[in-house]
Amino acid sequence: MTDAETMPPAYLRDKYAIVGVGETSYTRGSGMTTRALATWAIKNAMDDAGLSSGEIDGMMSYSGNDSTASPLIAGDLGIRLNFYMDVMGGGSSSEALVGLAMGAIEAGMCNTVVIFRSMNGFSQVRIGGTGARASQPVQGDSLHNVPYGWFSAGQNFSPSFMRHMYDYGTTPEQVAMVKVIHSEHASRNPKAYYKTPVTVDDVLSSRMICKPLHLLDCCVETDNATALIVTRAEKAHDLRQIPARILAVAGRVCKPRSDMHFQHGPISTVAGHYIKEIIWPNAGITPEDVDITGAYDAFTFTTMLQLEDYGFCQKGEGGDYVSSGIMRLGGRRPNNTSGGHLCEGYTHGMNMIIENVRQLRGNVDDYCPIDQSSSIEQRLHTCDYTDQQCRQVKDVNISMNLGWAMPGTGSSLVMRRG
Amino acid sequence: MVSGDYLGMSLSIADMDTENLTYFGYCSEGEFRLQKCRECGFIRYPPGTACPWCANRSFEWVLVEGQGEVHSYGEVHHAVQKSLSEKVPYMILVVDLDVQKGKPTEHEALRVAGNLVDEDGELASPELIGKVGIGTRVRMVFHKVSNGLALPFWTLDKNTEQPGTPWRYPEN
Repeated sequence: MTDAETMPPAYLRDKYAIVGVGETSYTRGSGMTTRALATWAIKNAMDDAGLSSGEIDGMMSYSGNDSTASPLIAGDLGIRLNFYMDVMGGGSSSEALVGLAMGAIEAGMCNTVVIFRSMNGFSQVRIGGTGARASQPVQGDSLHNVPYGWFSAGQNFSPSFMRHMYDYGTTPEQVAMVKVIHSEHASRNPKAYYKTPVTVDDVLSSRMICKPLHLLDCCVETDNATALIVTRAEKAHDLRQIPARILAVAGRVCKPRSDMHFQHGPISTVAGHYIKEIIWPNAGITPEDVDITGAYDAFTFTTMLQLEDYGFCQKGEGGDYVSSGIMRLGGRRPNNTSGGHLCEGYTHGMNMIIENVRQLRGNVDDYCPIDQSSSIEQRLHTCDYTDQQCRQVKDVNISMNLGWAMPGTGSSLVMRRG
Repeated sequence: MVSGDYLGMSLSIADMDTENLTYFGYCSEGEFRLQKCRECGFIRYPPGTACPWCANRSFEWVLVEGQGEVHSYGEVHHAVQKSLSEKVPYMILVVDLDVQKGKPTEHEALRVAGNLVDEDGELASPELIGKVGIGTRVRMVFHKVSNGLALPFWTLDKNTEQPGTPWRYPEN
């Protein structure tokens, strides 16, 4: 790793940290409002950090008009806000908002920001696009795609996925390994919605949704809320947990013509191609320095395309990368150790940041026994992956999140332990 | 406002949305016209309010040949929209128009999406879908929805030589 002090431009490298994380359970049928889900997740994050309502004065969230706004949530929790911002957005908003929270604090607008995403992605506004969203009137710009049944995320992205297979010889078997590996990881995660490991055959024999996507190439739709707390790193040392220091963040970086991502350039190249020009110099590291990744897995293909375009392998070799065992627990650089969107639950990327924060602390919530002598809920991890108990990666120093909105837009977050 | 129904979907274009109004209006007359920048001369798609190559706002609508090559595709077997659930499988084509292909850079093309339809303009049968893949030559046909609104679709181009075997997702 390059010395952070001598490698300009350092921006705010190391000055901010994620000090608390929390979530609800991942269910299909929460039976509660997004308002109740959000307060549940945020309270968990506050308890995790050891922060009271009076110590939080900023709040941010994102949604697609399927959530509850910050003022209502803050009111319920007795948080008096000096700053809040609820933005439109889905995947890739999580990392972007971490960067904006740092900016708000740096500008003196507030001191400690909680970021949340709350959604009934199964029981209210279905993320797969079925239900009420699919029967809305089609107006103006949408006439160029929606009447063709080119509407949901999977449908929208499928030509990019298909073209990658054409351009580089990527095989369905290689890509299916993303689901296989994430399912293995999820089997060590008590929170995961799908905990059963699957095989390549299971993926390829599941019904076709939108070629090249089988059912098991697609993430799970769930109801859940998730929360992160961002504050200055120096404040972190007074709190309960080992902080996850932020080395760099890139937010909603776009290919040209991101409104119609397939209009520009090679469509098998995604926004990560541009993000890497920002994130690596700002973080002062290279892909080789990264111990674990959280590459957004709305679909098996999204994980592969991003890892490839960020430079974790050569362009076109993503199929080899994801099927090589590198990103499996025990491999060189495990990816989505919680099971991610394919298995744990769908949260637009928040759960992958939460997981990496816990990995950096060395304290993921797997099936290992709890250390009764510890003041916090610290587990005695074996880092032995031969059974389905432990998913803590040994000696995690640097993590990276690769947030995906669509082929044309993405975000990234690099964190380090302590 | 222009409006109409297609497969149970309610389609409309607001009066102030002059770019889409003009584009789909030409389609309803059987003409495929795109905006050509008066400054740099590049044609653009989708219809928009300025030139993505030089930011000039001035343009003219020029007649463009609706033909090209399948750049990529998706094949829907489980529809999201109710109106299309009886139509599966259906094919979504992303087509590189011949016009302006490879300009202004080698990876650029005007890419126009649409379903694959047969000679009668009906959504393609599974048999026809099985013959089409990356590299297939297609030409544009229109489905009139209402006065002032027609949707472009793609059909096999019978007037040109097809590639021996277009690339398709590997079948088991």
